[in-house]
Amino acid sequence: MGLFTELKDSISRVTDRLFSEQEPKRIGIYGPPNAGKTTLANRIARDWTGDAIGTESHVPHETRRARRKENVEIERNGKTVTIDIVDTPGVTTKVDYEEFTDEMEEDDAIRRSREATEGVAEAMHWLREDVDGVIYVLDSAEDPITQVNTMLIGIIESRDLPVLIFANKIDLDDSSVKRIEDAFPQHKTIPLSAKEGENMDEVYENIAEYFG
Amino acid sequence: MPTATNADDSDPPDSDGVQIDLISGERMDSMATMEKIRMILDGVHDGNIVILEEGLTPDEESRLIEVTMSEISPDEFNGIEIETYPKSETRDSSLLGRLMGSDETEAKLTVIGPANQIETLHKDETLISALVSRD
Repeated sequence: MGLFTELKDSISRVTDRLFSEQEPKRIGIYGPPNAGKTTLANRIARDWTGDAIGTESHVPHETRRARRKENVEIERNGKTVTIDIVDTPGVTTKVDYEEFTDEMEEDDAIRRSREATEGVAEAMHWLREDVDGVIYVLDSAEDPITQVNTMLIGIIESRDLPVLIFANKIDLDDSSVKRIEDAFPQHKTIPLSAKEGENMDEVYENIAEYFG
Repeated sequence: MPTATNADDSDPPDSDGVQIDLISGERMDSMATMEKIRMILDGVHDGNIVILEEGLTPDEESRLIEVTMSEISPDEFNGIEIETYPKSETRDSSLLGRLMGSDETEAKLTVIGPANQIETLHKDETLISALVSRD
């Protein structure tokens, strides 16, 4: 390709983006604590922008405030979608600071629990007001029929948002994707391991197809 | 031994028991969203188990979580346990429906209790089994 053609294509891509009527879709990553939401958000962000979003940890509520990575352009099979990834705290109905005292001093545990409660409230508020689509991450090694899972899916469905269910942690021995498919047959379930990077091609194909 | 009482009952619950408030859909219909949430959380703060005949709408459930989060405080209140049957799975022949004489076919049973007192042992599409303790 000649220099002039390359330059023309480059200018064309920039103007297409500048004058595109389609704003980036705000895709919220929701799910229970420790399902691997931040690991997934980081995997997507690193694959397409080179930067991570947040700290990954086995301690519940490591993500205590919603975090956003803007303008992540995902391209698969000729389809391109630009999304803002919103990594949210794990939605739960209870937060007990004593759960953290094995890992940290009591004052830090209390501060973490306070931040976690604010983060969950913020995540629920965003769900009602600010997201265009939802990636719902579940730990496939755990029982999917738990109260917050079922309730949160109902809340998401009531807003008529497009939803993809990601059955994460398929690298674990106890993983059962079928258990999740059976629990939520009305939605497409995609198996993956965000930690190991397994099946990410299918993940990106579905994101481009579903949210594009 | 659990006791079933009316939510309006102003008598203090038996100190050896757990108060269970069974709230009809008809009563909930007449209340605004925040009234429902306040009634539920006031009951849970008192250590009661609240059972809603018709549950809450998704928007109300979302707001219940949000308000619950704002009221959590160390050593005092660490949240709620909430279990709900999906609407389509509930029938008017349910135990609560028979208990309350309801012919409502779209009933959605919801059980809410203090997180430090109610521990769900099992839940499937037809059964919620819970262990309730006094602190």
